[in-house]
Amino acid sequence: MTPRDQTDAAESVFELESTLESVDLAEQIAVRAAAEAGLDDDQQYEIGMAVRESVINAVVHGNRYNRNKKVRLTVRMRPGELVVRVADEGEGFDPSQVPDPLASENLLSQSGRGLLLIRAFTDEFTVRRLVPQGTEVVLVKRVREPSPPRSEEAEREG
Amino acid sequence: MSLELSCRKVGDVAVVDLTGRITLGEEASKFREAIRVLVAQGERKLLLNLAQVSYLDSSGLGELVSAYTTLRSQGGELKLLHLGRRIRDILQITKLCTVFEVYEDEAEAVRSFYTR
Repeated sequence: MTPRDQTDAAESVFELESTLESVDLAEQIAVRAAAEAGLDDDQQYEIGMAVRESVINAVVHGNRYNRNKKVRLTVRMRPGELVVRVADEGEGFDPSQVPDPLASENLLSQSGRGLLLIRAFTDEFTVRRLVPQGTEVVLVKRVREPSPPRSEEAEREG
Repeated sequence: MSLELSCRKVGDVAVVDLTGRITLGEEASKFREAIRVLVAQGERKLLLNLAQVSYLDSSGLGELVSAYTTLRSQGGELKLLHLGRRIRDILQITKLCTVFEVYEDEAEAVRSFYTR
């Protein structure tokens, strides 16, 4: 249950059990790292949600709650951005085969919105198949740029 | 972290006040069971007050949709009241804002159940 923390200056790796408790734990780890990386409250919430949904996918759809399979969460802080990797040991999946949750015929589906939320709440999102098995998703969240300066017209209007 | 629910009647409308998060696991189960009990008790007009709900994940969204379709299939209605900014954003991202009727005023929301 206790995550294995292999911390160096910029990267932490946590090996999580394939349980629902890991979902909450991963979210908390991501939010804490986002705060340390200088992301604002909204961005902390957003990357927390994206990591949460990724770990749900890893535990539920990837590892299928198999206690012998682990979820590896890697959090890496780089200047101006946070990079989070979530890897499972499942059979793998093709995101292009996931039904579009925004299609009218799927709007009332009970599930299938996780990837949509992940994409909405990250700056970059990639999926790759691992060898010999498993799926790894990579989530990137960048520190938000300061608000743009006022336009020339607004400046003139003072 | 946990979810608390309490129900009060305003006329025929069951107003459910929720506090906390609706997320995968215990919270989503608690929400689902509460809706099941209300429907079993014959409630057909449900207004979910989400003012104190700080967080919805995809599982929580699924439970809202499931509650909505359950009520509809029973000839009832489920509407939402007092969405916070983040909950509103989530409903927009998922286009569920086109499914749910959302109100900011409780009296107006209650009246809407009686007008067609």
